[in-house]
Amino acid sequence: MASSIPASVPVDGVAGVEAPAVRGGARALRTRRLVVAGGLFVLALGLMAIAAPWVAPQDPLRQSLRARLAGPTLQASDGKAHLLGTDHLGRDVLSRVVWGSRVSLTVGFAAVLVGGLLGSTLGILAGYRGGFTDSVVMTIADAQLAFPFILLAIGIIAVLGPSFTTLIVVIGLSGWVGYARVLRSQVLVLRSREFVDAIHALGGSVARVVLGHIVPNVFSSLVVVATLELARSIVLEATLSFLGLGIQPPTPSWGVMVQEGREYLHSAWWISTFPGLVLMLTSLAVSRTGDWLRDLLDPTLRGE
Amino acid sequence: MRGVLGFLAPKLLRALIAVWLVTTVVFIVMRLSGDPVPLLLPPDAPTSEIYRVRRELGLDRPLPVQYATFLGNALRGDFGRSIHFREPAWGVVVRYLPATLELGLTAFGLALVVAVPIGMLSAIKRNSAVDQAAMGVALVGQSAPTFFLGIFFILTLSLWAGWFPTSGRGGWEHLVLPALTLGAFSMASIARLTRSAVLDVLRQDFVRTARAKGLPEAAVVMKHTLKNAALPVVTITGLQFGTLLGGAVVTETVFAWPGIGRLAIQSIYNRDYPIVQCTVFLSAVLFIVLNFAIDLLYGVLDPRIRPR
Repeated sequence: MASSIPASVPVDGVAGVEAPAVRGGARALRTRRLVVAGGLFVLALGLMAIAAPWVAPQDPLRQSLRARLAGPTLQASDGKAHLLGTDHLGRDVLSRVVWGSRVSLTVGFAAVLVGGLLGSTLGILAGYRGGFTDSVVMTIADAQLAFPFILLAIGIIAVLGPSFTTLIVVIGLSGWVGYARVLRSQVLVLRSREFVDAIHALGGSVARVVLGHIVPNVFSSLVVVATLELARSIVLEATLSFLGLGIQPPTPSWGVMVQEGREYLHSAWWISTFPGLVLMLTSLAVSRTGDWLRDLLDPTLRGE
Repeated sequence: MRGVLGFLAPKLLRALIAVWLVTTVVFIVMRLSGDPVPLLLPPDAPTSEIYRVRRELGLDRPLPVQYATFLGNALRGDFGRSIHFREPAWGVVVRYLPATLELGLTAFGLALVVAVPIGMLSAIKRNSAVDQAAMGVALVGQSAPTFFLGIFFILTLSLWAGWFPTSGRGGWEHLVLPALTLGAFSMASIARLTRSAVLDVLRQDFVRTARAKGLPEAAVVMKHTLKNAALPVVTITGLQFGTLLGGAVVTETVFAWPGIGRLAIQSIYNRDYPIVQCTVFLSAVLFIVLNFAIDLLYGVLDPRIRPR
């Protein structure tokens, strides 16, 4: 970002003016506190995912027939503390939730990387080349948006068989449109600015303009979209795992855990509820962080 | 009339290309997934029998031929015979469609009826306790995963409170939880958007004029604000319909709702190509027709974008 050009170029001159318009002091303060809380939650989750082997009280795969379906307790029948209870195989729910964060974040970040690379490449290409390239890219984007992607994802996974890599690629593919649309519209504006002509006049190549000047200019938008995509990817991973098309048991994934607990809802509500709640909090915290980043870095993205 | 055509024709063309792309991708994906014939026959079926069935279903022909036949037939609403149901796929899907429409429309109606008034109230009483509570709930609703929301409703409102059945289709009480689950995301998005749209309009000069000339606040909101705030709300509402179609797959699975979403998932597992292609085609067309209708509505609401 070491560019002399401002990181975020307002797309239409006046857009930047609107952001700080109305906002009560108390509301702003509360909003900030919520953002901080969300940020801390995401941070804690990240640390938990990295340190899962040391944080989790027990082996997430260790079964215990004596302690099956034990409610949240400090002292279960196998003599161990199961703060969030045990599941139908006597595995510790807390430990599985902790290890599940690892799966969630790994798949989430990897998918964001895949979708981000593809989407920003296509978006910059469409915006820079314009014309036919632009039409083709945007038509494909429209087609993808015109259709519940989850059906396509299910179809692809059913063909290739559920695996970690398939999951990451499919989730990544599902998100490229977001990056492409935002970057395309920004590049369209940037391309017509004088400094681009100046570089070309000085003999600078297209690659040089894109990498040296366009990418730094759209970087903050990219970060915003990526954060919002991360939240979506995490939820999509859990959804596919819930449908049996993502992470396969016995690997602890939040979606798998909710699915496994479904049959025991009436007798052991904690099996589904805790992983589901953590998933919901994660999605909330990450997307709030994204909203906050957007308002901070690039208010013009609002409503995307 | 010519102007209207000029305005709609490019949109229609893009929509048709979108339908074609989606169906093509689904055709490729489904054909890659392997031969369904062994799944249909008993494991000890003789090879000759396998070949016979394969020929009967047209699976022995080259892929390009299969593709051309598929496209030609799809245009006539003929997607072939379902491998699992042993009857025309179109008929099966049309039989499952009402359940999905019932669920989708209820969810959508619920979302609109709840969200628009709440969004307006939030905007008018900006920063009040009502506003903050509503927007807090909306934020949670927007980030809650559909499948977990469904499970959560089943646990609390069905198993614990005993108010609603856990699954299946029947009277109105069967409809409440699935519709709430499916509509939650749209409800939250529409409420937030209505709030910001109304706030934007309330800031305009003509609202100040209306107030200055002594109009009661109710008239300012009802007569001058609502109409102008409707445009962005209508746009997002159209987009929400796509989300609803996708959400139906998950919601129908969670609540064992006999609609085309659940049918599609089961057909993917059964490798029942004709059914999958038919559902996909139908949902794409449905979505595109709806968006088209919304484009038209747009012209009605905002004369500025109407062509001359």
